Amino acid sequence: MMVSGVTCPFCGCCCDDVEVIVEDNKIVDVRNACALGASKFMDYGKHRNTKPLIRKRGELVEATLDEAIRRCAEMLAEAYYPLLYGWSNTSCEAIKVGLELAEEVGGVIDNTTTTCHGPSILAIQEVGLPACTLGQIRHRADLVIYWGSNPWCAHPRHLERYTALAEGRFQRAIWKRYLSRLILESARKKRYRVAGLVTKGGAAALPPPKEETWMLPPPEERKLVVVDVQKTRTADLADIFIRAEPGGDYEILQALRALIRDEELDVDEVAGVPIERLEELADLMVNARFGMLFFGLGLTMSVGKSRNIEAAIKLVRDLNKYTKFLIMPMRGHFNVTGANVVSTWQTGYPYAVDFSHGYPRYNPGETSAVDVLSRGDADAALVIASDPASSFPRRAVENLVKMPLAVIDPCITPTAMNADVVIPTSFVGIEAEGTTYRMDHVPLPLKKIVEPPSGILSDEEILRKILDEVRKIKGK
Amino acid sequence: MDFILITGRTIDQGKFKEHAKLSKEYEESVAVCEMHAEDMKRLSVEEGGNVKVSTDIGSIVVKAKRSKRIRRPGVVFIPFGPWVNAILSSETDGTGMPHLKGFKVRIEPTCEPVQGLREMFLKIYGGKKS
Repeated sequence: MMVSGVTCPFCGCCCDDVEVIVEDNKIVDVRNACALGASKFMDYGKHRNTKPLIRKRGELVEATLDEAIRRCAEMLAEAYYPLLYGWSNTSCEAIKVGLELAEEVGGVIDNTTTTCHGPSILAIQEVGLPACTLGQIRHRADLVIYWGSNPWCAHPRHLERYTALAEGRFQRAIWKRYLSRLILESARKKRYRVAGLVTKGGAAALPPPKEETWMLPPPEERKLVVVDVQKTRTADLADIFIRAEPGGDYEILQALRALIRDEELDVDEVAGVPIERLEELADLMVNARFGMLFFGLGLTMSVGKSRNIEAAIKLVRDLNKYTKFLIMPMRGHFNVTGANVVSTWQTGYPYAVDFSHGYPRYNPGETSAVDVLSRGDADAALVIASDPASSFPRRAVENLVKMPLAVIDPCITPTAMNADVVIPTSFVGIEAEGTTYRMDHVPLPLKKIVEPPSGILSDEEILRKILDEVRKIKGK
Repeated sequence: MDFILITGRTIDQGKFKEHAKLSKEYEESVAVCEMHAEDMKRLSVEEGGNVKVSTDIGSIVVKAKRSKRIRRPGVVFIPFGPWVNAILSSETDGTGMPHLKGFKVRIEPTCEPVQGLREMFLKIYGGKKS
């Protein structure tokens, strides 16, 4: 049986044209998915945990679901300042119940935004975000810039569905241009190798071949620019690749702002980039008819953090005096945008929401998960659909594994290995339905393709049971 | 020798984190340090040789891997994962976001083995007490 129109539950692209072949309640093939999506659909069940576990005398031992839920509820109800973390790999429906639970236990609830595009949200709250849907970009953008982002590895179908390699209504894909460059590049390497064979000392004796500078296509054709600290796979496709010094993004963005205002910069280079290259890019930006700047963790995780994003948004704002230019963060987890959206509906704030005062309070840097853990403020934690033991820095993990910890996850992760209670759950988007938000804030349905193993509930159902149990303990 | 460390995503890291974090494939995809060929020469490290990467927070042992994508000596890359996180600072400068790209590390060749995930967690974070 083929299930079509499946939304992929991996990255923020949420590709909704995936086809899954199911036989006897097993996924046997998947079409249209990228390597990451295919890996999830095909391998999700291989290292599955289907048993609720409770830690007794230092060991995780099997328990009933009711026991595990009761223990988790007790931990949360007894805690003075519990942390509820994760949420970006589950459905909006589960996140809604999670927020209710956080309010009930007076804890702090944070999603993975905190360690990906948290700084982007801080910057957006300062200066706004001129954005659009990905469909607009596919059909109209004639200049696409990826800054500190490598979609080839992190969002493999982003280029094919929405930007450089997509056939839009008014803009063509750059496939042919890319292929002809590949042939030229391969011929250049062959020439270099042959020259090495006839040179004393071989190719090592020759000066290294210079990087090819590609001639820009005509103004009406779509162009791709990549700004990064290393020549990523995405950069291989680019018409212009600008290699920045690590931590130099802020300077480059501000230099571009000055250049598009026709100001002279009395320097030869900015953060390792020759000024002529920046002038070329500034010209390209001003002369675009519909420009798009996508930015990734290269900006949010580098020195400057939210100030880098603020500079990027201000650059786009300045560009709108001359042309149409928009900007969008490359969101990682498939429902991290949904986590922000639902949290904002319910509390007014997109992440790092603290209910300890009885009302929602938001102060990233104080109420964000890494800070709460590093300071040792939290005295219990519930982790759902995430693995902070693998993704948080050392001090935060040291404190996380010490405290009473409950994990809701379909697999045994490093966080689950250090938990006191592990509750197995179904994979949303494969074994459970739900709603997700694509990176451009378009809501999409997640389908149930196969039945979960017997007795395995969805995140939403488990959270609802924990919430009921907490209310019972509190006598409500 | 001092280097600038960048952390980030790779396609294998993405694939194997979904597959299973306790698998050998995941370890092989993230417990690696991608380096410029010149840097490997300066450190006298062969492809697949072990290197110790240290910060003020701690140190880890990972495999050295030659990268054609790093065009500038002095910059190294380790994919996101529990190995590299064990040497990162939790300081967020009031933003909630730790500093995960572009910081200074010391790298030296070593004979010490790359620790598996369970082993590394036990050594760094200690066993969980009930």
